[in-house]
Amino acid sequence: MNAILPFEGIGASVKRKEDLRFLSGRGQYVDDINRPGQVYAWILRSQYAHARIVSIDTTAAAAMPGVIAVFTSADMAGIGGIPCGWQIHNKDGTPMAEPKHPVLAEGKLRHVGDPVAVVIAETRSQARDAGEAIALEVEALPAVTGTTEALAAGAPRVHDDIAGNLCYDWHIGDKSMTDAAFARAEHRVAFETTNNRLIANAMEPRSAVGDYDTTTGEHTLFTTSQNPHVIRLLMGAFVLNIPESKLRVVAPDVGGGFGSKIYHYAEEAIVTWAAAKLGRPVKWTADRTESFMSDAHGRDHVTRAELALDKEGTFLGLRVHTQANMGAYLSTFAPCVPTYLYATLLAGVYSTPAIYAEVKAVFTHTVPVDAYRGAGRPEATYLLERLVDVAAKQCGFDRIELRRRNFIATDAFPYQTPVALEYDSGDYFSTLNQALETSGWAGFEARRAEAAKRGKLRGIGISTYLEACGIAPSAVVGSLGARAGLYEVGTIRVHPTGSITVLTGAHSHGQGHETTFAQLVCDKLGVPVAQVDIVHGDTGKVPFGMGTYGSRSLAVGGSAMEKAMDKIIAKGKRIAAHLMEAAVEDIEFDRGTFRVAGTDKTKVLAEISLAAYVPHNYPIDEIEPGLEETAFYDPKNFTYPGGCHIAEVEIEKETGKVSLINFTAVDDVGRVINPMIVEGQVQGGVAQGVGQALMENCVYDAAGQLISASMMDYAMPRADDLAPVSVATHVTLCTHNPLGVKGCGEVGAIGSPPAVINAVVDALRDYGVTHVEMPATAPKIWSIIHGSTL
Amino acid sequence: MYDFTYTKPSSIADAAKLLAADPDAKFISGGQTLLPALKHRLNRPTTVVDLTGIAEMRGIRREGNSLVIGALTRHAEVATSAEVKAAIPALAEMASNIGDTQVRNRGTLGGSVANNDPAADYPAAVLGLGATVVTSSREIPADEFFLGMFTTALEPDELLVAIRFPIPEKAGYAKMRNPASRYVMAGAFVSRGPQGIRVAINGAGPCVFRQADMEAALAGAWSADAVAGVKQDADGLNGDIHGSAEYRAHLVTVMAKRAVVAAG
Repeated sequence: MNAILPFEGIGASVKRKEDLRFLSGRGQYVDDINRPGQVYAWILRSQYAHARIVSIDTTAAAAMPGVIAVFTSADMAGIGGIPCGWQIHNKDGTPMAEPKHPVLAEGKLRHVGDPVAVVIAETRSQARDAGEAIALEVEALPAVTGTTEALAAGAPRVHDDIAGNLCYDWHIGDKSMTDAAFARAEHRVAFETTNNRLIANAMEPRSAVGDYDTTTGEHTLFTTSQNPHVIRLLMGAFVLNIPESKLRVVAPDVGGGFGSKIYHYAEEAIVTWAAAKLGRPVKWTADRTESFMSDAHGRDHVTRAELALDKEGTFLGLRVHTQANMGAYLSTFAPCVPTYLYATLLAGVYSTPAIYAEVKAVFTHTVPVDAYRGAGRPEATYLLERLVDVAAKQCGFDRIELRRRNFIATDAFPYQTPVALEYDSGDYFSTLNQALETSGWAGFEARRAEAAKRGKLRGIGISTYLEACGIAPSAVVGSLGARAGLYEVGTIRVHPTGSITVLTGAHSHGQGHETTFAQLVCDKLGVPVAQVDIVHGDTGKVPFGMGTYGSRSLAVGGSAMEKAMDKIIAKGKRIAAHLMEAAVEDIEFDRGTFRVAGTDKTKVLAEISLAAYVPHNYPIDEIEPGLEETAFYDPKNFTYPGGCHIAEVEIEKETGKVSLINFTAVDDVGRVINPMIVEGQVQGGVAQGVGQALMENCVYDAAGQLISASMMDYAMPRADDLAPVSVATHVTLCTHNPLGVKGCGEVGAIGSPPAVINAVVDALRDYGVTHVEMPATAPKIWSIIHGSTL
Repeated sequence: MYDFTYTKPSSIADAAKLLAADPDAKFISGGQTLLPALKHRLNRPTTVVDLTGIAEMRGIRREGNSLVIGALTRHAEVATSAEVKAAIPALAEMASNIGDTQVRNRGTLGGSVANNDPAADYPAAVLGLGATVVTSSREIPADEFFLGMFTTALEPDELLVAIRFPIPEKAGYAKMRNPASRYVMAGAFVSRGPQGIRVAINGAGPCVFRQADMEAALAGAWSADAVAGVKQDADGLNGDIHGSAEYRAHLVTVMAKRAVVAAG
């Protein structure tokens, strides 16, 4: 068995086990699940950004063919609001404003897409037909969608009892120390920017099926979730009052999440509740239009920042004032995104000694905003990496040398930033140097000159970024407002003949966990990848879990497996000692083989597991039969991936169209388990980052209508909008988890947007441009060129 | 979508009769416009009349100095037809860049032209080549066919059967795509031939239109430089989140230049 192992263990590009079913159309997604007697829900959503409900008459709808029930909030009395999982405190210590988020609208409609009523019918079509027969009478009210506008005096209130639409006014860092740094600075550089609102657009729309067993009283929810246990906790405990023992949540194959499927959504509660009330399974699946107006959106920050530098360019201080759009209600983790996932990242890779950041979170008449691939770290990285370029230009420093001058030294780890985080490891000089080399930075001017001959403006841009993954430890996040722990759970079940089932609380929705996790087991226990099955996404099977987001699955979930495997090995050694008549201390273990030290006496794992399950010759008084262990792993710290991204673009002068020419990523994601999967993750992240930088934009009009509500108007990047992405890694190990891993799921989306915009600004260097807001669309660039006298 | 009845006649006469008898019936060929509209419940036909069983609406053939293309001809067929490539390469090139592979394998020439979406490609070729629209009851010159946004000279029960394209000496097409929908933001189809010098602009306005100033400039000298100096008036052009009317007006000139270059 051992002979083939090195090829499948840590570091091998094993092909993804899950791809056969995905690529041959045999995945089992929520909408593929059909329960006997199933009926269909259709949700009437607000077409108004802001309105008072005068009346809802469902009589006609209820009489339509096939209709089983029509429910409004009046029917759901006693059902709780959708909870928020994180409580931020204001500067003055008071808690944030936390308005009720009803499952179905109560009295008022607060954004286009706000659920008003639900129709349940025998078919999807009948439910929708009846939905159109609901008579909803409203009084339309003025709306506000812009972040800054919502804070202005006299702005329409989203919630009657929340003055000024302010959710919280929070800060971090040392204000007086930062003020002092600015007082003695040689250079002060100011920068303002808006981080554009995005819509995740997972390929699979959200879907939920509720089922209820009248004989056992057990509820089952099949849902498109990144974290079924979290949904069970939030929905069971806060919304529907169902004990965990009577609520099973299953998130089977899920077609992409990008954050948007972390949160507990109204539709999950609706189908679960309605299935029990009606005694029929209830299915709801979003169409694409519904996805646009009901999936949590991302980003949407307005920021003013200032950087203080001394004469040589050393950063002395950073001041940041950010307004973050929360939308109409607080989504599950929304409050922590512009605070603990954003402001704490404002040191970046730099040794800036004094940082002070203020963040105001704002309610608006828009879809709730929450974490989207990167969640806060892309906003922080974009701000910093644009600001450094702006500073270099304003003060006359070389943009590379300015970065190098301020990098945290490679021997300075662990490094305590002025904004709470302690980085454990990193080497920003090496990732920078490697990316400069790969991208051919030194030869750029020749390429620019060649492009000019073709009527193109060529630019190159860089971003040296850092991010934080695997948010932890539980005690710390609890003190910062998290209403949950942030550990992960892994169970290793060694079957009698030596194959293995792993139960993990992490959830794979495209990341390739079934392969990566199997490689971990293969590497440590010496079992071929084909004999390691990964079970995830079912609270009825997996003991517990916090799910997958924030690039945490390997660092936290993988570490839990590692700990569980340690327990397997420890028990296995005791069994091996008995079988080989040796002392436990003399048993060595290496990749599946137990050996009596210094002898050729060995037992492989399968022999140990067989003995454990068929305990004929077994120390039954001392050791329980069976070979299955569970571990909970609570990390000591975040992990800190970092690296350098370089983008090269060309702008067509006549039209303003920006084309990405090539992209270089050199990332430190810690130890790499499967290089092919890491490359895929980075490429996908870069695609999303390039999308944000050049194309994607969620647009509301002044009345609060969502203008970019379909693929006709929301520009998603396609393959031909991208360019070759060169991916390489430079590894420094995480020092506090057993695998030395950091996380790779979000680095692409975090590092790339500023690299692209820095390249666009560089391309326009002759036009006196200091900044271009995202997305850098053709008409925007054309206006700059057209408005110039060049 | 709402329920409807479906029927598939096998002759032009039968299809026209169905529409004459029921003003709320709709023709469907490739379905690339009607089906999404039905799915969004934006359209509620009583009957969908599937034209794809009508053999006489198919085919690409040379007739003297013209190329006649049946209305049911799919974009992919036009793009790959040796006949089209030889006679009007710009038309084959245009067809090869409509939508995506799926659209090109379903969408038809007749459907696109009859729908007259301001951001569609084919209306620019029909107008830019001075083609003739052959219907179930008459022949309509391109200049009289496109009346306004999604509006044509077709009567409700009149069927677009084929399009007769005069073969030009030169023709070229250039467009800028909307980054989200990939429909046309602004495009120009230029030609010189039996129908004179023609410049048709699509995408930029509510309906495809001829750019007379550019045609005059090209009559003076057939060159990109000739149209480069002609500015399109932004008044009346489309403006939206993807580009202002002024931007589209600017693109009209850029695309016309490129179309002339493509025409050679």
